[in-house]
Amino acid sequence: MDFSYSEKEEAFRQEIRDWLAKHTKELPKWWFDRKLKRPDSDSREYHDFGIWWHKKLYDAGFVGLNWPKEYGGRGATLIEQVVFSEEMARAQVPGITNTIGIGWCGPTIMAFGTEEQKKRFLQPILKADEIWCQGFSEPEAGSDLANCQTKGVQDGDYWIVNGQKVWTSGGHYSDWSILLVRTEPEAPKHRGLTFFLLDMHAPGVTVRPLRQMTGAAEFNETFMDNVRIHKSMMVSERGRGFYVAMGTLEFERSGIGAAIGRENTVQDMIEMAKEMGKSKDPLVRQRMAQLYIEGNVVKYTGLRALSRQLHGMTPGPESGVMSAFGMEWNQRAYDFAMQIQGPYARLMRDSKYAIDDGRWQHSFLRSRGNTIETGTSEIKRNVIAQRGLGLPRE
Amino acid sequence: MNFELGEEQVMLKTSAREFLDKECQKKHVRAMMDDEKGYSPELWKKMAGLGWQGLAFPEQYGGVGSSFLDLVVLLEEMGRALVPGPFLATIVHTGRAILLAGSEQQKKEYLTRIANGDLVMTLALTEETGGIEAADINMKAKAADNHFIISGKKLFVPDAHIADSYVVVARTKGGVRKENGITLFLVDAKTKGIKVEMLKTMTGEKLCTVVFDNVSVPSANVLGTVDKGWPVVKQVLEEAIIAECAWMTGGARWVLETTIDYAKSRIQFGHPIGSFQAIQHKLANVAVEVEGCTSLTYYAAWTVTENDPNRTVAASMAKAWVSDSYKHATFEGVQIHGGIGFTWDHDMHLYFKRAKHGEIAFGDGDYHREKVAQLLKM
Ligand SMILES: Cc1cc2nc3c(=O)[nH]c(=O)nc-3n(C[C@H](O)[C@H](O)[C@H](O)COP(=O)(O)OP(=O)(O)OC[C@H]3O[C@@H](n4cnc5c(N)ncnc54)[C@H](O)[C@@H]3O)c2cc1C
Repeated sequence: MDFSYSEKEEAFRQEIRDWLAKHTKELPKWWFDRKLKRPDSDSREYHDFGIWWHKKLYDAGFVGLNWPKEYGGRGATLIEQVVFSEEMARAQVPGITNTIGIGWCGPTIMAFGTEEQKKRFLQPILKADEIWCQGFSEPEAGSDLANCQTKGVQDGDYWIVNGQKVWTSGGHYSDWSILLVRTEPEAPKHRGLTFFLLDMHAPGVTVRPLRQMTGAAEFNETFMDNVRIHKSMMVSERGRGFYVAMGTLEFERSGIGAAIGRENTVQDMIEMAKEMGKSKDPLVRQRMAQLYIEGNVVKYTGLRALSRQLHGMTPGPESGVMSAFGMEWNQRAYDFAMQIQGPYARLMRDSKYAIDDGRWQHSFLRSRGNTIETGTSEIKRNVIAQRGLGLPRE
Repeated sequence: MNFELGEEQVMLKTSAREFLDKECQKKHVRAMMDDEKGYSPELWKKMAGLGWQGLAFPEQYGGVGSSFLDLVVLLEEMGRALVPGPFLATIVHTGRAILLAGSEQQKKEYLTRIANGDLVMTLALTEETGGIEAADINMKAKAADNHFIISGKKLFVPDAHIADSYVVVARTKGGVRKENGITLFLVDAKTKGIKVEMLKTMTGEKLCTVVFDNVSVPSANVLGTVDKGWPVVKQVLEEAIIAECAWMTGGARWVLETTIDYAKSRIQFGHPIGSFQAIQHKLANVAVEVEGCTSLTYYAAWTVTENDPNRTVAASMAKAWVSDSYKHATFEGVQIHGGIGFTWDHDMHLYFKRAKHGEIAFGDGDYHREKVAQLLKM
């Protein structure tokens, strides 16, 4: 057991630091100054800002760290990814964009796609030239993902797809989507789905924004009305879609970046508590310290899971554990931030007296979705209990 | 970076598990609760034969020369088996103090005998306040020529009734800054004027009152430097905290595993209770917490091994987390076992009580969260 970094890893750290030292100043003032106004999270402006910064990271070779070199990635080790996440968190700069594409869709294509699909899609995903979204959930298929009803019927070289997806994050500016479609209506429900790549600009695709409790519309309904998808856009085989989707979910729940950086949120919160004159309150100190400790639990348990992967073992129960726990941490933290603000907690951005231009309020509301997206906490606990601890299914 | 146990650590863990499964069964643990001594000198000797007492001491003092991290691996297994006796008191609370502050001669004399299993020691630290800050140390040691005279009372001293010798923390100088003026002494338990009284405890572990009535200690028995003992105590406390966390983590894992097994086999309503979501989610939560115990404890142990500056905060983070988690694991452990979990015959209560004992030892969750807040400059 050794928690220290090798020379090579430290050299990589230095490379990142050098790069950040040079480029961080190009970020807009509002990024660092909690008092300044920032664009809405669902606005084009914010999206374009994300792409602008992403391209810089891409040019520096910091995008797709874990992707193999042949697909334009860096082929970095897991530890180098940790180092990168640590440095990004330390500098408190924005991360990459097209996260669904790079984190989930790309790896799914790498694992299950054809050579042709890899050639066609991977590079533009990394560069964020094509933005991706995830068309899994439907009105009748949430936790029970195998219950997808969107229908696909073969017509020569094409599949004609009809149906509706829901909660499609980023669908309103996406170019492509991974899509689960029922193609074998006679088969048992887990075996009747097929996994496709959908061109979001194809005729018959309609995206309608759904407004979240934050007021922003980051997710959407996606309607498909006789959309034609070429058979070359099928990933894996007919009827194997559910199993491919399970692979996607593993990528979704095991990203290492999410384990790192919570200390920074706590530091920000401490600053805020000081400004509010609350930092000497023993209850505030207790809860702040607890959040800090929990943030480290997420970090080191996440690193242990990663270490198991690194040594060729399947990640233990730690990985699923941390996904649920980390999401719940966000909710506890931002709820606490509200509590520290007292009566000011009710003021939203643009209001006179709003603390830090209302960004804690936004985080508080946005984090409410955290224990629903990527699988609800209940489902994640089922997975831990049944797959991690080996308890029987009901 | 590598967070997995090394090959030798795995071997140590496996062999410790096998040894303790055989030599330290629960009937032994229970017998020792009512035993006068509270430990088995034969088992103590056997452990010394395996090199456990000297595991983390350098070879020149009769030790094995392994790291603190290795010791933590062993302590986890001992905590899992609830090994009764003065292991933590001898090896960590005092042995580490001697290793840190002792003269060459003291180290040779004491550590070698500890490693051989010939010496049982304990740390006489806390007093009636029960606290572990410098300000809590008020027992006086007065300098005379060539010796010091110690008078006062120490409370909650583990295993003082069987210890051959103590490390005594006493005040040699008054003043505003409480960290100044504390001195450590190596005191033979048979010295005239020492009176030990045993306290009855919840776990059956032996805690004592030690009264010092004009006890004379030769100046040669000062451990470290006169008046400058507090930094040593502070570091020993940090190591003791991490050791306690390892011990507790081992216990918490036993509770988790035992409860999972039970949930798989106990049938109600025609199904194993472990198939009910209310039970699954409780266990998933406990699993999260126990994994966190391992993560924070190993990280903290690593900071000791590497002399990393994060040691202080790492120790407090671990203790806060492990204190709450072990307690919660045993609480749910009883709940999931139902009526049988509440009985004297089932072993769960041994852990339930040990969790409470451990939570309180060296500061509970609230205490250490406040420490973390201070370290974050809040
Ligand atoms: C912010 C946000 C972004 C999202 N982005 C996307 C996206 O980009 N693409 C996409 O495809 N989906 C997305 N989702 C959808 C998300 O994956 C689903 O909302 C989620 O899987 C839950 O499904 P549901 O909403 O239908 O709730 P349901 O499955 O109906 O669940 C309702 C409640 O029942 C509980 N429940 C259900 N089954 C069980 C069970 N077996 N045991 C115990 N409790 C159970 C749930 O935990 C929940 O509390 C997003 C959701 C949110 C909130």
